[in-house]
Amino acid sequence: MKNLGISFLKALPSIIAALGMSSLFLNQWAYASDIGAELYEQHCAACHGIRGQGGTGVPLALDDFQREVTDQFLFNTIKHGRPGRVMPSYAMLGEEQISAIVKHIRGFSNVKAPAFDDTPITGDTKNGKSLFMQHCAACHGEQGQGAAGTGVTFSRPRDYPILAPALNNPGFLTSATDQDIKRTLVGGRKGTPMRSFIEAGLKEKEINDIVSYIRSFENNPLKPVHVDEPLVIEYESDADLTTVIDNIKRAAQGKNFRLIRVQNLDYGFVDEKAESGKEVIIYFCNFKLLNQALKVDSRVGLFLPCRITAYEQDGKVKVIAINPRRLSHLFNNNELDRLCNEMYKTYVEILEEATF
Amino acid sequence: MILVNRLFIILILVITSAFANAAHINMVRVKNTFPETMLRLQEVIKEHGYKLSRVQRVDIGLTQSGYQTDKYRVVFFGKHDELRWIIRNHPELIPYLPLKIAIYAENRDTILAIYNPNILFEPKDGKLQEIISRWEKDLESIFKAMREFETD
Ligand code: HEC
Ligand code: HEC
Repeated sequence: MKNLGISFLKALPSIIAALGMSSLFLNQWAYASDIGAELYEQHCAACHGIRGQGGTGVPLALDDFQREVTDQFLFNTIKHGRPGRVMPSYAMLGEEQISAIVKHIRGFSNVKAPAFDDTPITGDTKNGKSLFMQHCAACHGEQGQGAAGTGVTFSRPRDYPILAPALNNPGFLTSATDQDIKRTLVGGRKGTPMRSFIEAGLKEKEINDIVSYIRSFENNPLKPVHVDEPLVIEYESDADLTTVIDNIKRAAQGKNFRLIRVQNLDYGFVDEKAESGKEVIIYFCNFKLLNQALKVDSRVGLFLPCRITAYEQDGKVKVIAINPRRLSHLFNNNELDRLCNEMYKTYVEILEEATF
Repeated sequence: MILVNRLFIILILVITSAFANAAHINMVRVKNTFPETMLRLQEVIKEHGYKLSRVQRVDIGLTQSGYQTDKYRVVFFGKHDELRWIIRNHPELIPYLPLKIAIYAENRDTILAIYNPNILFEPKDGKLQEIISRWEKDLESIFKAMREFETD
């Protein structure tokens, strides 16, 4: 008793300090969760939903997800993003801000954050590859490149309600440890098309083989696709403005576009009679292309409708369009880059034809 | 007649790394229906001193091809004097004008998206810099107002 009393007295300062610390900690926690909510709404909610239910991004609130991902995985995923798969990198946020976001995400579910050791998993990569082709490629792609499109399907018709993420993605591979990947294969994610592969009959060794195959994607990391691109595509013509406009219409229709509208650039800003008439926009559209584009990125409205502007300045007539490759760069979406590459070629062909 | 046909490459070298791509596209999820959000967006744009020039449907034919929503629009806006100044002094920006916001329904929410003009249009001279910085500030403020727009 006596001893205990003395040691209590001895320990008193540190107890007081600890209490002080913990209230400080609590304060900080409250602060962090406020900041976390604010940052999450600002940066993540548009894609992942305000309560993590998913959207352009995958759901973050599901219990199985929360059970299978460590705080470290969440932190790294936010920091590195998924290059070329829409999810941006938030490396410009500080560590505290990212941690606050992680804390906020944890609040979506009552499940406790797991901790896994980070022992690398060894397995038979070759066997892993054949198992991957058999069990995973249909959803995650033969090269692990992920499904066409991302996140949750709401109004866009797609193969699955939630699209499979890219597994060959450098952002994913940097963020996930072998044990992280294994946990997802073992547990599956209820509420998504991703099932438990133990329940599906695979042995633990086979799971290890698959993990080592996924890890081997790291040996051929994706190259950054982007180069510096000019802002616009522009051609000059010797013909007069009216002729050039007619040429553009004809060239676009020849490429299977439907003309939507021709208007002055300053339409809607001044009285119709006061419009300058020297800068004319030709809008056109191809519904098949539009559908394709919406499937890979719901934000493509920012490219739409397709448009070429003809303008006359200092006695010269020029035709000008956005460079879809330049704009696509902002979307962090490899599939959209591919479409925009096609779109770029089409624009160039139309512009060439219209000014030839 | 000799037809001159030259490709002008506007040499605007934008040094952007493929990995520093956060906030290149700004998005807001508005907890409100599409029509309500659309109305509010137009008000907020006007409150910031911009004129709405047009709303474009980009979804004609979408429902025929299996989409469950045709609620997808692009809202164009700007200021006439800025527009004229840019046409005169920076015609390379013509295809990017007027400014626009994509707005579309997702379940019961509505999503707004815009690209960050400050990232797209670099480098710039004094006056252009001033205009673009103002756009960026205003767009941020417009999006902030939209984030706060919720039905109770
Ligand atoms: C029916 C489609 C489907 C199949 C088959 C499938 N997955 Fe998945 N997988 C998904 C979906 C959808 C998700 C995203 C789940 C979510 O939203 O949390 C996912 C998530 C994952 C994740 C987590 C990815 C991340 O970004 O954190 C891994 C790892 C994974 N799957 C690996 C595999 C492997 C390996 C196989 C084969 C053994 C496989 N999956 C089979 C659909 C599938
Ligand atoms: C522009 C849309 C977008 C934004 C904004 C966005 N994400 Fe994502 N996020 C995605 C997509 C898409 C994926 C899946 C990538 C894939 O399919 O390969 C993803 C994946 C993730 C994952 C991995 C999920 C898993 O199953 O392993 C986490 C965690 C995540 N995002 C968190 C965040 C957080 C936190 C923020 C805000 C700081 C954020 N995201 C902002 C689109 C987005």
